[in-house]
Amino acid sequence: MAKYLAKRIFYLILTLFIVITVTFFLMKLLPGTPLTNQAKLSKSQIALIYQQYGLDKPVWQQYLLYLAGAVKGNFGTSFQFSDQPVSYLLSSRIGPSLQIGLQAMILGVIVGIVIGALGAMRQNSWVDTTTTVVSILGISIPSFVLAVLLQYYLGLKLGWFPIAEWGGFIYTVLPTLALGATPLAESARFVRTEMVDVLSSDYIELAKAKGLSRMGVIYHHALRNSLIPLITIVGPLAVNIMTGSMVVENIFSIPGIGEQFVKSVLTNDYPTIMGLTIIYSFMLCVVLLITDILYGIVDPRIRITGKAN
Amino acid sequence: MADTVKLPEDSFKQITAADRAALDSEKIAAPSLTFSQDAWRRLKKNRGALISLIVLAIIFIMAFGSIFFSPHNPNAVNPSYANLPSKIPGVNINGFNGTLVQAGQRIDAYKQAGASSLHYIMGTDYLGRDLFSRVLYGTRISLIIAVVATLFDLTIGVTYGLFSGWKGGRVDTIMQRIIEIILSIPNLVVIVLLILILKPGMTSIIIAIALTSWVNMARLVRAQTLEIKEQEYVLAARTLGESSFKIAFKHLLPNLSSVIIINTMFTIPSAIFFEATLSYIGIGISSPQASLGTLLNDGQKNFQFLPYQMWWPALVLCIIMLAFNLLGDGLRDAFDPRTKE
Repeated sequence: MAKYLAKRIFYLILTLFIVITVTFFLMKLLPGTPLTNQAKLSKSQIALIYQQYGLDKPVWQQYLLYLAGAVKGNFGTSFQFSDQPVSYLLSSRIGPSLQIGLQAMILGVIVGIVIGALGAMRQNSWVDTTTTVVSILGISIPSFVLAVLLQYYLGLKLGWFPIAEWGGFIYTVLPTLALGATPLAESARFVRTEMVDVLSSDYIELAKAKGLSRMGVIYHHALRNSLIPLITIVGPLAVNIMTGSMVVENIFSIPGIGEQFVKSVLTNDYPTIMGLTIIYSFMLCVVLLITDILYGIVDPRIRITGKAN
Repeated sequence: MADTVKLPEDSFKQITAADRAALDSEKIAAPSLTFSQDAWRRLKKNRGALISLIVLAIIFIMAFGSIFFSPHNPNAVNPSYANLPSKIPGVNINGFNGTLVQAGQRIDAYKQAGASSLHYIMGTDYLGRDLFSRVLYGTRISLIIAVVATLFDLTIGVTYGLFSGWKGGRVDTIMQRIIEIILSIPNLVVIVLLILILKPGMTSIIIAIALTSWVNMARLVRAQTLEIKEQEYVLAARTLGESSFKIAFKHLLPNLSSVIIINTMFTIPSAIFFEATLSYIGIGISSPQASLGTLLNDGQKNFQFLPYQMWWPALVLCIIMLAFNLLGDGLRDAFDPRTKE
């Protein structure tokens, strides 16, 4: 296990290194300068500004400096907010994003498991049909459409929740619902398929033959075994939430990193875009690492080969 | 044993050897079907998938037919007819009869604008452009982007997966590492970075989506290739001296077709989704061009007062996504009978 972990962490660092390198050189390819009004500045002024930000050095030196900074969590200074270091900008914004993302993930997966399990237990009944309809709708309706509809009907018309802004828990309800829909649908579908499979296997027959109660069979044997593979889709779901958060945070004007990403893209704030790309990849890598380790712990068959797939 | 049934003599007949030969118990009554015929037979039984197929066909025909026949010019600006609600001739339900509530009273917006004789099925937008034509036009752009991007991603993904799986060994390991690295950056982030470099526009969106979404296809194709290449017929082809290239085309690809087709059905909606998201954020298609994403973005601004301007494109987008997902599910069941029946 320790060897496997060391190997995985090595790959995590390697991945991040490649991500940093690629984004750095991609950003160097981009057109334009960081100066807002270049025409008004004299040559020596430009040279001074470049010197201040280290842009006068050769590209490879800038790269090494950036790399050294990135290790310490320093991603340079934002172009858009001229005095703010990117790391400060992002660390003040990551909280809301993490909160909404985690809430959406937990809500989606738990409700998804319940709905999926109910559907599998009452296969081909109206419950099952509802499960299928809910999951297919959740996958087909983009989160930003759902977000606008929720905002209008639950927020504005019914007035149950605040429409936008960021404050206490009540402000997170609508964005959580909007983001949680896809994880809910995906996990409901996944759990249903898995559980239908498990329910028709021999050991379930045996458990029933032993005289276990229906709930006992469902809970101890069927549900547990169908939940193990669910861990594998947590990674893709995390990607989905990150993607969705960029738009949903905008709609509900939440001061998170998704909203910042869109803002930075629209204003060509390259250092912030780079920092965000690295942070997004880092978060995703960590999620993938955790799910792989969890999978190894939960399913002993995987540990022997040392790899999830 | 008292009541023995006495059967009449003529209910039995002796079978001669010649009769027995003619009987042929080995004969299979059902016609033999090819793989695709069999899949089509099963797909036809799946009502949801069949309806989706028909709906998609209609949407494709309408979207591409609007090149030749569009009810109005999707780009013709007509400020005096701006923001007219939808009016479908013969339908007298509020919301579809060209009336809207203004200052607490329901009034005929068309009469007010002096356009009583006209009818816009989906209404008009803030510049007086016919929304129905806009939606058709936007659907067309969205579909073109999705289908072209998917074709590219299909080519890259299948080639990569085939090569990786076929070669195996160290090449495979390295190629899989590359995939893992790509997978650890959220797709949308990569797409946005690529679009920044390539300048926003239709071509760069297609390239960006194609360059990021082939990974799934490559993984599936590789896994399947690893399985198929151990089969006897591949060994036979190798022994007969077929080149790897020919084996890939003649033996591997046909056997991979179901995986490829199913995955394509899920790649297209995700490409549509990415395009819509990009245009919604504001770095996708820019006006006067339109896609479902830009229409949604425009509609959302007025949603409080003119909800129909967002409802229509949202509805079309959701129907397309829904249809592709249902069709993909249906195809998966049709190609792999083990999952159903």
